[in-house]
Amino acid sequence: MMSEEAIAGNKSLFTPFNLVAGIIVLMGVLLTILRFTGGLGAITNLSDNNPWGIWISFDLLCGVALAAGGYTTSAACYIFGLKKYHSAVRPAILTAFLGYALVVLALHYDVGRPWRLPYPIFVQQGTTSVLFEVGLCVFLYLTVLLIEYSPAALEWLGLKKVRNIVVKLTLVLTIFGVILSTMHQSSLGALFLIAPSKVHPLWYSTYLPVFFFVSSIFAGLSMVIFESTLSHHYFHDKMDDTHLKENRHVTFGFAKAACWVLGGYFVMKVFGISMDNNWHYLGTSYGLWFLVEILGFVALPCFLYAVAVREKNVRLIKWTALWTVLGIVVNRFNVSMIAFNWQLPSSERYFPHWMEIGVTVFLITVFIIAFRFIAKRMPIFYEHPEYRDTH
Amino acid sequence: MDSVFYTLQDFFTHSKGMTYVLMGAALVAMTAMWNFLVARDEKDWPE
Repeated sequence: MMSEEAIAGNKSLFTPFNLVAGIIVLMGVLLTILRFTGGLGAITNLSDNNPWGIWISFDLLCGVALAAGGYTTSAACYIFGLKKYHSAVRPAILTAFLGYALVVLALHYDVGRPWRLPYPIFVQQGTTSVLFEVGLCVFLYLTVLLIEYSPAALEWLGLKKVRNIVVKLTLVLTIFGVILSTMHQSSLGALFLIAPSKVHPLWYSTYLPVFFFVSSIFAGLSMVIFESTLSHHYFHDKMDDTHLKENRHVTFGFAKAACWVLGGYFVMKVFGISMDNNWHYLGTSYGLWFLVEILGFVALPCFLYAVAVREKNVRLIKWTALWTVLGIVVNRFNVSMIAFNWQLPSSERYFPHWMEIGVTVFLITVFIIAFRFIAKRMPIFYEHPEYRDTH
Repeated sequence: MDSVFYTLQDFFTHSKGMTYVLMGAALVAMTAMWNFLVARDEKDWPE
């Protein structure tokens, strides 16, 4: 006869979340086998004209931009001394760490031959390539994020001595993280500087690196607000009083900062059109889509954040954060996919194969499972009783 | 907008001229926006 505990254990294993996640992971494993046995052609619509598809547009470009909450939050707390945001640091660092880890994992699907991953860093450095700089920064920043995240894991494991040493490195790691993020967030934009004839003139600009870096700031800030909204829904029982009390500061403070940066970004995008004298493109169909992006996904959330901060409307801030996150996805898709190869006939244009989208869904699911596993066990939303006020 | 430029100098005179005017407008707009954003800060900032 089964004990009550065993019955409860069986029940908790077959929750709707576990079932859906399990099916997606199973599908992902099958797609992974297909990709690494059959090559890119087996599961993608990639071609010589379109060698970068949704795995670059979403998994890499959006993944890196949306993981920017890690450096923005830790910079606000440890460099600018805004300690009222301290409780947001660990969730933001965890989101960034898992985000970057999955960016690297996703890159394997694109690049193939995973055992050669260390080659560009340790064996043959292509120092004249922007892609090398991106690879080096992502490699170093992922290491930094792992060390920044590790105190939570070490507290959970009870490794007090190692944890105390790592915590002493916080400021150095934060500075290093900000430098590395500044470099590779902008370099991801710089990758497209090599293709002035392929990216539509409204999206192509010599300021692309600046656009990518500045947009990563409000993407990160909005992602922290969005992630905090979801966490309050699903992990409310894991949060201590400090976290719950500081949440209001984080929401309003980050909304205010995101509003200001969105305003600056909007102005810079207009300068981008003006400097290249691209006004006449605004009347075309691509121009209308460009206006949807900068008016609907930049100017509108900027205005909504401002109104929400003035009116102390938390609900509006949360919806605006989600809208801003979607806006970043739209922007990265536009630069790397929709406005890329815009002059080619429609038969030559790229649209992702369903199996490419399947791999992306699989990777997002892996992110959610890992986040859930860690947040339920480690001190992410609360301070460990033995280390209160020691970091 | 669709004017033809025969020299690079013509092009930059036009595009930079327009950008400088926009920069002036942006400075005024950003100041106004900042005032709009922080206008109610001191009075009743939530605790």
